[in-house]
Parts: sequence; structure tokens; C-alpha cells
Amino acid sequence: MRLLILVPAFNEEAALGSVIRELRQTMPDVPVLVVDDSSTDSTVAVARACGAEVLSMPHHLGLGGCVQAGYKLAYELGYEYVVRVDGDGQHDPAYIARILEVLQSTSCDMVIGSRYLNGDHPYTNWVRGAGIWAFRLMLRPILGKTVHDPTSGFVGLKRTALAIFSRSFPLEYPEIEALVVLQRKRFQFQEVPCRMRPRKGGRSSITAVKSLYYIVHVMLGVFVNILRFEGRRRSR
Amino acid sequence: MERLLNVVAVFSLGLALAILFSLRRAHIRVEYSVSWLAAAVALFALSRSQQTLLWLSRLLGLSDPPLALLIMVFCVFLVVFYRFSTTISDLKDANIALAQKVAILEYRIEALNEGRQASQA
Repeated sequence: MRLLILVPAFNEEAALGSVIRELRQTMPDVPVLVVDDSSTDSTVAVARACGAEVLSMPHHLGLGGCVQAGYKLAYELGYEYVVRVDGDGQHDPAYIARILEVLQSTSCDMVIGSRYLNGDHPYTNWVRGAGIWAFRLMLRPILGKTVHDPTSGFVGLKRTALAIFSRSFPLEYPEIEALVVLQRKRFQFQEVPCRMRPRKGGRSSITAVKSLYYIVHVMLGVFVNILRFEGRRRSR
Repeated sequence: MERLLNVVAVFSLGLALAILFSLRRAHIRVEYSVSWLAAAVALFALSRSQQTLLWLSRLLGLSDPPLALLIMVFCVFLVVFYRFSTTISDLKDANIALAQKVAILEYRIEALNEGRQASQA
């Protein structure tokens, strides 16, 4: 089994070191690839010092472009599974094994680590909580099922999904649109319970001011994806 | 009305000159100058032909011909902005794909160099 752990990072020098050390303790034989989105701090140096491989973007692409670059490289290098872990320390590496187990034992192409399935009160601010609730309602009729944590970046992919995302991946705020992309391709995904922690350092890319833009952008992106794929289907 | 038409005529001539100077200094590519030059010519023609403007205002159901001119200015610039938005979107997509390719190639070159150094040592 060839597994790669992908860590997108932008100015995460404060948290990245402990994230990589924790990943290497939990899964010592699995390579860790940090995709650096042209950080202005010492993110790259920290990643290399901790023994991670680094894929450096020549300029800032945003989260989607940065993650897709990692997916493209993983696909080119022949990896069968990729697990994406954020560089801010919110994702507990102990749950990677569970994500991998579901990927290997089911026909799912993508597994999402969900903070809302383990019965705990998840750590998130109220703006994000309200946004997640609204997205859950919006996505239910589109996906045909409830995705409890559609904004989770803690995901595992099979090579089949990797092939799709290497070609087509939403560039800004990609998590929710990625679900629609997979659903339109008749791919399967499911959630597994995970614990999320407060970030260890750095700043979230989605600030309170950007939240409204985020909601509008994601909703528009979802509907554009639906129209785009419906149009292709009609033209066949 | 006459003053407004004169202002629009001067503005459209200024716009056309600015585009031509930018073309000469290679600050703007020919294919992107066409929209602006067409817009400038259309505005100049409208501002100099009151008959056309009156016909246009009747067509749009407007009692005030200068309002028809302003609506035309607005529409022309909307079309030009739309064209440039699609161009910028295409360029951004191409730029991201190129940046990803550069990053992956750099990664692979580094890996090759490290492999070569390891085999020499």
C-alpha cells in the first residue's frame, strides 16, 4: 500500500513543526509532503528540518491550487492513497488509521473526517458553525445525503478520486465544491468521526470578515458545478 | 446637451489616443486594444451625430437624448469589462496550472539531483 500524507501550509511556522513530528510518530514509515503556498515565514525550513518533503509553489495560489498541486504530484508518483492533514494542528493524526481503514475496506473514493459524528461538542467558532449548518442544508438535496462536516479539510482519497482532482479541483475554498465534483462523477464518499483541536498557531484563511464572501462564493461554486456537469451530460 | 456631447467626444478621443500610445509602447497587446478602440470610436460617433442619438433615445423610449448616450457609454464599458473578466479568468487558470507544473518539475529535479549525489557518494 502506497500512502502519502499531504500537508498544505501557508505561513504555518508556529504549528507545522509539531504537526509533522506528530505525524511521523503516528505513522513513521509514511512520507509527509508539505505543499508550501509561497509562505513568507520559515514554513519551508521548519518542514525540511522536521524531515518532510516540500513542494514549493512559485507564488501564492490559494488553498485549492496548493492542494491540487499536491494531488497532481501524488498521482504522478503513483500513490494509491493520500490523506490531507491541515498544517495548523487541528487534525489529530491518530484518526488517519481510521480514515485509511475505511478507504481500504469500502468502495468509497473519499473519506471525510467529521467533527460532528463522535458526540463531542466540536471546537469551532459560531460563524463557522452557522455556515456549516447552512451548507449541510444546501448540500442535502444535491448530494442525496447529509454530510455533517462539509468544510472539513481532513480527508483521505483513493487513487480514483486523486485522478479526478488532479484534473479538476475547485481553487478557492475547495472542500464543499469537491464533494459536488465527486457526486456528479458518481463517486462515493463517507464520513468518519474525528476529533478536531484548536489550531496550534497561525491564522485561519477564513476570517470573520471573509465569512460572508465565503458563503456566497461556495454557494455560487456549487451551483456552477451542477450546471457545468449537467450541461456536459446533456451534450453527450 | 451640446456641452455633454463635446465632453464625451473629447473623452473618446483621449481614450483612443491613450490606447494608441499604450500600443506603441507595448503596454497593451493589439488583441486587447481592439475592444477599447471600438468603444472609443462608437462613443465619438454617437457624440458627433445628434440624429443617431435622437433615433437611439426614441428607440429606448427616453425623452432625454443625453441619457441615451450615458446608457450607451455604460453598456459599452460593461461589454468591455465582461470581455476582460473572461480573459483574466482564462489567464488565472493558465497561471495556476503553470505554477503547479513548475513546482512539480522543481521537486522532481531536486529529487533527481539528490539521487545522483547519493549514488556518487
